[in-house]
Amino acid sequence: MALSLEISGLKKVYPGAAPEDNVQVFDRIDCIVEKGQFLTIVGPSGCGKTTLLRMIAGLEEITSGEIRLNGELLNGCNEKVGMVFQEYALFPWRKLLPNIEVGLEIKGVPAKARRAEAMKYVRAFGLEGFENKYPKELSGGMKQRVAIARTLIANPQIVLMDEPFGSLDSQTRNNMQNFLLKIWAERKDTILFVTHNVDEAVYLSDSIAVLSPRPTKILRVFDVNLERPRDRTSREANRIRREILELLEHSEQYPCQ
Amino acid sequence: MSWKRLLPPVVLLLVWQGLSASGVIPAYKLPSPAAVADGLLDLIRTGMPPGHRLHVHIYYSLQRVLWGYALALLAAIPLGIFMGWSRTIRNLMEPLVEMIRPIPPLAWIPLAILWFGIGGKSAAFIIFLGAFFPILLNTISGVRSIDPVLIEAARVLNAGRRFIFLKVLVPGSVPSILTGMRIGIGIGWMTLVAAEFTGVKQGYGLGYMIMTARDIQRSDEIIAGMVVIGLIGLGIDACLRLAEQHLVKWR
Repeated sequence: MALSLEISGLKKVYPGAAPEDNVQVFDRIDCIVEKGQFLTIVGPSGCGKTTLLRMIAGLEEITSGEIRLNGELLNGCNEKVGMVFQEYALFPWRKLLPNIEVGLEIKGVPAKARRAEAMKYVRAFGLEGFENKYPKELSGGMKQRVAIARTLIANPQIVLMDEPFGSLDSQTRNNMQNFLLKIWAERKDTILFVTHNVDEAVYLSDSIAVLSPRPTKILRVFDVNLERPRDRTSREANRIRREILELLEHSEQYPCQ
Repeated sequence: MSWKRLLPPVVLLLVWQGLSASGVIPAYKLPSPAAVADGLLDLIRTGMPPGHRLHVHIYYSLQRVLWGYALALLAAIPLGIFMGWSRTIRNLMEPLVEMIRPIPPLAWIPLAILWFGIGGKSAAFIIFLGAFFPILLNTISGVRSIDPVLIEAARVLNAGRRFIFLKVLVPGSVPSILTGMRIGIGIGWMTLVAAEFTGVKQGYGLGYMIMTARDIQRSDEIIAGMVVIGLIGLGIDACLRLAEQHLVKWR
C-alpha cells in the first residue's frame, strides 16, 4: 500500500526555565498512516494528541524526529496537510461561501472558479440556502461542515481532525460521523482523527492508536476490521471498545508500565 | 427611539420652564427654555458676534474637527495595528505612548500656539491629540483580541504573512477600531470647543461664539450654543453607530 504519513522517532519537549522544568510530551512516537486509511488517536487528557496533530500541521515545532508525507519531509505549514479544528475556526466576518473559498483564494484561484468549486461543496454538504449567512447564524453542525469543506476544497494529501465533533450534542455528533464517513467513502482521503470518545473511534476508524499518559508513546494499535456501515452496539465493536478502555485505565493507574 | 425614552428630557424641560417662569430661578443665572429658544433664533439670524451667523460657526468648527480627526485616524490606526501585531514594536512604543497619554489635550494649548500660532492649525492639533489615543488603544486591543485559532486556521491553509495581515488581522480588528473611532470623535468634538476658547483666526467657531456670548452676558445664547454643540455631537455619534452596525453585521 502506498505510504502516506510516516512519523519516526518523534519527540517533543517544552523547555522550562531550567532543564529540570522541561516538559517532555512525547517519549518516542513512531507511526504510519497509510493512504486512504482512517486512523484515530485516542488517549488520556494531556497526553499530547492535539500537540501531535499540530506538529504535523506545522503549528508546533518538532524537537526531534521526522515527519514525512509521501516521502517528503514536513517542516512548517504546508498546503498538503489540512486541519479541522474543534472550535471550527471559521472567519466570522466572512459569509459561508467566502469561508469555504479561502483555501483556493490563498492559492490564487480566480473568483469565478473558486465560487463554482465552493458551490459544489455547498450542494454536496447540504448547505444550500445558507451561502450568504454569517457563521454566527449557523448551527454547530453546519459550522463544522463548512470547516470541513474549507479544508477539503484545497485537496490536502492528509486531513487532520482535532476532536471536530467535540462541541456538538450527541445527536448532531452521530449525524456528523455518518456525514464524514459518507464523504470519506466517496473521496478516499487519508484521515488522522483525534478524539476522547472511544465509541466514536470504534465507529469511524480503520485503526485506532492508543496513547499513554506523558511521556507519551503509542501503547497499541488496534485494527478495526468491522464491515461498514457499522453497528455501534455489535459484540465485536463492544469487545474492541472494552479492550481500549481497559488499556487506557491500566495505563493511567500504572503510568510507568 | 420609543417615545418613552423622550419622557425624562421633556419632563425636565417642563419643570425648568415652570421654575424659570415663576421666578424661582433668576433669569440671569439660568434663562428659561423659551428664552434659550429665542437665543437660538438670534444666533441663527443675527449671529454672535453680530454678523457671524450660526451656520458659519458650525462650518468652521466641523472643519477643524475633521482635519484633526482625519490626521488622528491616519496616525493611530496603522500604528495601532503594528503595535498590536508585533510585540517588539509594542515594547518599543508603549512607554512613550503611556507617558504622553495622561497629558490632557488642553494642556498642550500653549505649546500648540507656539508651534502653530493662534488659529485653525493649533485647534486641529489639539483635536488630533484628543482623538488619537482612544483610536490607538482600541486598535491595539482589537488586533490582540483576535482569536489565535483563526490565525492558525489561515496558516494551516498555507496563507502567507500578507494574507494573514490583510485578510485576517484587519477585518478581525474592525469592530474594535470602529469603537475607538466613535470614542475618538466624541473626545475630539468635546476638546474642540475648549480649544477654540483660546482664540481663532477669522473669528469663527462654536467655542469662540460661546465665549463672545459670555463676554456680553448673553446666557441664553451661551446655553443655545451648548445645545447646538451637544446635538451635533449626538448626530456624529449616531452616524458612526449606523456605520458600525452596517460594517459589523457579523458580530
